[in-house]
Amino acid sequence: MKSITKQKPFQEIQQQLEKFDRVYIAGCGTCTTMTKTGGREEVLAMRERLQGLGKLVTGWIVIPTACDEMTEAAVKQNNGAIQNANCILVLACALGVHKLSTYIDKPVFPGLDTLFIGVEESPGCFQEVCAQCGQCVLGETAGICPLTACHKGLLNGPCGGTNNGKCEVDKDKDCAWAVIYQRLKEQGRLDLMRKYYSPRDYNVAPRPRITKVI
Amino acid sequence: MARSFREVLRSGKFIVTSEISPPKGTNTEKMLHHIDLLKDKVDALNVTDHQSSVMRFPSIGGCLAIKERGGEPILQVTCRDRNRLALQAELLFAYTRGIRNVLCLTGDAVIVGDHKAAKGVFDLDSVQLLRAIRQLETGKDLGGNDLDGAVEFCAGAIVTPEANPIEPQLVKFEKKVEAGAEFFQTQAIYDLDKFAKFMQHARQFPIKILAGIILLVSARMAKYMTDNVPGVFVPQNLIDELAAAPKGEALSKGIEIAARTIATIKKESMCDGVHVMAIGREELVPDILKAAGLLAS
Repeated sequence: MKSITKQKPFQEIQQQLEKFDRVYIAGCGTCTTMTKTGGREEVLAMRERLQGLGKLVTGWIVIPTACDEMTEAAVKQNNGAIQNANCILVLACALGVHKLSTYIDKPVFPGLDTLFIGVEESPGCFQEVCAQCGQCVLGETAGICPLTACHKGLLNGPCGGTNNGKCEVDKDKDCAWAVIYQRLKEQGRLDLMRKYYSPRDYNVAPRPRITKVI
Repeated sequence: MARSFREVLRSGKFIVTSEISPPKGTNTEKMLHHIDLLKDKVDALNVTDHQSSVMRFPSIGGCLAIKERGGEPILQVTCRDRNRLALQAELLFAYTRGIRNVLCLTGDAVIVGDHKAAKGVFDLDSVQLLRAIRQLETGKDLGGNDLDGAVEFCAGAIVTPEANPIEPQLVKFEKKVEAGAEFFQTQAIYDLDKFAKFMQHARQFPIKILAGIILLVSARMAKYMTDNVPGVFVPQNLIDELAAAPKGEALSKGIEIAARTIATIKKESMCDGVHVMAIGREELVPDILKAAGLLAS
């Protein structure tokens, strides 16, 4: 599982930091390092760009996994440089921004936009395959989630806009239902295509979603 | 009183429907003119629901105007813009205003339209919407609650007979039949061989099929639709035929192509009728029908 991110337009980062002249930068050694949006290289590049704006970068860190409990220890270790800054710019996904916000009593700004939870299908190519809906149908759709892989999230088969196995909104993307059909056919389970799915329950786990395991 | 659309469907006559595009704004003059022009020449008139995801005057507004002027409206309802509460409410309202026909569609994707940042809803899909209608008819809403006054609709759906591959579309088509669709207005038909194959399959079901006819007004428009309009595929030979028309006569050629297609469908009893879409050129529908031999000239 990877949290897939993209860097915000620099102008937006600049606007967020407008009232702050001393910045501490935090990246993440896991997902944003893999996606090259918040690893060591990107953190250093950001430092240079912020210095170019005349800001003082009081320090920087690439936290091994910004969303886990070790983040608190990393913050404590670097408390001096963090306290010396008047805001934190985070090049981790929103989970990392969330975690850092709970440990640091200063404004924390996201340098990235978090797009989706994806898997690396081929080197450097990340794809969204699960929308975390709480009602998994993968067993009946040959491992392809129509809710995620179909642009409209249709559960009862393809819309009329698909052609040549591609999606109506992007001819480079597969129509989820064309792929599901093909796989079910190969598995001799085409009867599943005919199954009626009733309207989904969007409140399986009402937002905000919290699970307690202990 | 004129026959209801359901009675027309059951009458065995060659059915002709057409559609009205509502205005982008509050000037309804052109729409009302089109309604007056067409209401007595066809069996029913659809009103599109933010066609191609372009925000417009609503389908229900156009349908009420048709009803007021003595025509038979078909309310188009897509699942793109409303959740199940709003969809059911619209159906209740439509019923109280005498609208008895509903065409259930998934709806084009938001991003093909003119409000690209909007949220596509798709809380229900077209099959679920058809079932929702049948449920409302039993006096219960989708939450299982009792209604104080139920609805009754002649419900239809759409199908794309020229899609490739066709098999997944046929499965969806059958799910719509099982969900209670009584009639289908197809996506535009340009390849009659493909359509005939589709009809061989469709004939086994107790539903009426109206072949979709979209007027081509130029070679450029035909190519644009093929490239950009979901579900529409104009074959190269028709694009060439339009391109070869003398300057200023491409439109007449388009009318000729539409009329020729309709006449062939009728002559060979390929299906139960046609649904003529002139997309903004509704004033030409009578010309198409005349050229096809469906209206006295």
